Amino acid sequence: MPITTAFKTEIPRISILDEQGNFDEKLGKGLIPDADLIKLYEAMYACRHLDGVAFRLQRSGRMGTYPQNMGQEATSLGAAYVLNKNDWLVTCYRENCGLFWRGVPMESILLHWMGDERGNAMPRPHHATPIAVPIGTQMLHATGLAWAAKYRGDTQIACTFFGDGATSEGDFHEAANFAANLDIPVVFVYQNNFWAISVPGRIQCSAPTVAQRGIAYGMPCMQVDGNDIFATVYAVKVAAERARTEGKPYFIEMVTYRLGDHTTADDASRYRDKAEVDSWKAKDPLIRVRKHMEKLKLWDDKKEAAMVERTEKLIAEAVARAENIAAPHSADFFNSMYAELPTDLARQRDTMQTHSLGQDPSQLADTSHVNRSTENAHH
Amino acid sequence: MANLTMVQAINLALIQEMEKDDRVLLLGEDVGNNGGVFRVTEGLQKRFGEKRVVDTPLAESGIIGTAIGLAMAGLRPVPEIQFEGFLGPAYDQICSHAARMRTRTRDAFTVPLTIRVPVGGGIHAPELHSDSPEAIYAHTPGLKVVMPSSPYDAKGLLIAAIRDPDPVIYFEPKRIYRAFREEVPEDEYVLPIGKARTVCEGTDLTVVSWGASVVQCMQAIEKSGKSIELIDLRTIYPFDIDAVEASVSKTGRCVVVHEAPLTCGFGAEISARIMERCFLHLEAPVQRVAGFDTIMPYYKLELDYMPDAARIGRAIDDVMAY
Repeated sequence: MPITTAFKTEIPRISILDEQGNFDEKLGKGLIPDADLIKLYEAMYACRHLDGVAFRLQRSGRMGTYPQNMGQEATSLGAAYVLNKNDWLVTCYRENCGLFWRGVPMESILLHWMGDERGNAMPRPHHATPIAVPIGTQMLHATGLAWAAKYRGDTQIACTFFGDGATSEGDFHEAANFAANLDIPVVFVYQNNFWAISVPGRIQCSAPTVAQRGIAYGMPCMQVDGNDIFATVYAVKVAAERARTEGKPYFIEMVTYRLGDHTTADDASRYRDKAEVDSWKAKDPLIRVRKHMEKLKLWDDKKEAAMVERTEKLIAEAVARAENIAAPHSADFFNSMYAELPTDLARQRDTMQTHSLGQDPSQLADTSHVNRSTENAHH
Repeated sequence: MANLTMVQAINLALIQEMEKDDRVLLLGEDVGNNGGVFRVTEGLQKRFGEKRVVDTPLAESGIIGTAIGLAMAGLRPVPEIQFEGFLGPAYDQICSHAARMRTRTRDAFTVPLTIRVPVGGGIHAPELHSDSPEAIYAHTPGLKVVMPSSPYDAKGLLIAAIRDPDPVIYFEPKRIYRAFREEVPEDEYVLPIGKARTVCEGTDLTVVSWGASVVQCMQAIEKSGKSIELIDLRTIYPFDIDAVEASVSKTGRCVVVHEAPLTCGFGAEISARIMERCFLHLEAPVQRVAGFDTIMPYYKLELDYMPDAARIGRAIDDVMAY
């Protein structure tokens, strides 16, 4: 018997506006109306500016560890722009731009990295889940959220984001497998930013593309230029359409680059070349949109200057709101543990002690005569 | 009333909750067409359809992770993990996500999830099918941990778990799945999570236990000829320390019995609380009869590992003689 081909496929790659400013009219025409393009550019700029402010807040001790989003603005933004307002955005931590577009307040993100859970109290109407810090776990939640929509007969879908490292986690495979086999409308957006902290992408995947992993699970997939807002919009449009009409998942690889360090606790110069970073700076998602808008006479230096001024003010206000929020109380970390606080936890909250002598009325010992050497320093 | 095994009582509870609330759905490995490897979900897929009783891919983290998403969206998923030994792959989703979601979002997102898990030894099962990990989950803030010891309790506690707004691990002691029958009301009823049951009253000594071990405790108590009070904790977290305190303050003596390993078993917590709360009432040190601090042996030796009536009886005698 001759050897036959069991299966053969091709992975489409989409690029509409490249870093040289070439624009594919066929794919790109009418994809993003001019007025929206301006707004998308402004959103990317605001996110980029916030990134810089957050970095300085961390360096000056006003904020804890912060992961910069710089360079990856067009990925989540393209998705948030295309999706319906009630589609779930299930992110990790480099999707600020998409979250802001959805309406998540900037101070929420700042608060989260300032060590305050109130930053994760995402207002329900935003349909955005809290920032997922451990890698790769959120894709399963996205699958469950989309499954719930399908269970109820809603047209709502979920879109989840993850990076190179996450594709090595078991949960990534389980989420893709559940979504594909149980017909769940999830759009998987893999942000290929080439680095999982210091480990290069080839350690996570040795196939020519990660996109083809979608094929392995029975999902259609495509690879797009993740620094091209037109391409990310195009891809999510196709994927969301399939998810909504057929109730099935889609896998998108967005090729982008983490221009900053992994977080403010990292120093990427230890493990990657400056030349590599510089080559990606030229492919910045903001630069090409600005040039494209200038070519279309939608944008000029005056408009840029006005936007910069507006954005600086906006972000200064967000920082002020994050920093001026009322101090949290130690009772807060008890009160949200359960819908109804168990008695023992209520006692721990009320006394801020875990030892029991002298606290419980049923306690036989009277410790009122004890000369306290220390007083509770907290609230 | 019907005379039911624990398996039948759980099946009945699932039927009634699914009929009452269309947000309730079951998912897991073999729970659908096959009715679960212990047949706990038998007939439910036929009755409620494939949408509400879902055979998933074989992946425990996937089962719990997607159930978390379902719950965050407002449904009431009841996933089954086939054996407690397979909780390991789902540990991260349970402890890092289900348990934390409410507090890390300051109540914006909650996870009303009930994870059903057959637990414990004594059924001649292969390795990793006979463990008792309840203390691990009781030690994880944000979870509730329930373990019934009878068909009646199984039904009432499962209904409470499904209706609970927070994640509950509902351990089903597989050794007593079919060991005995009990009158179980056909109407729905709820047994509150966090409340212990006094199985029998006594004045000489208190035995505290939960799950399948309650049966061995009863045997030991009957043989002892003493006036012994048996408290079935029913809920491991939040645990009913008031019931334990009231009993031990009365008897002054206590033996805690569980199948899980001794060190850091939940008996350690009970014992510490008794010392804090009943110190001046104690006539003897609190003693624990537990599984040994070894790996649960393969089934030829499993009866040597688990507390039986003889070991419990000996501890009772020693504490009485102190």
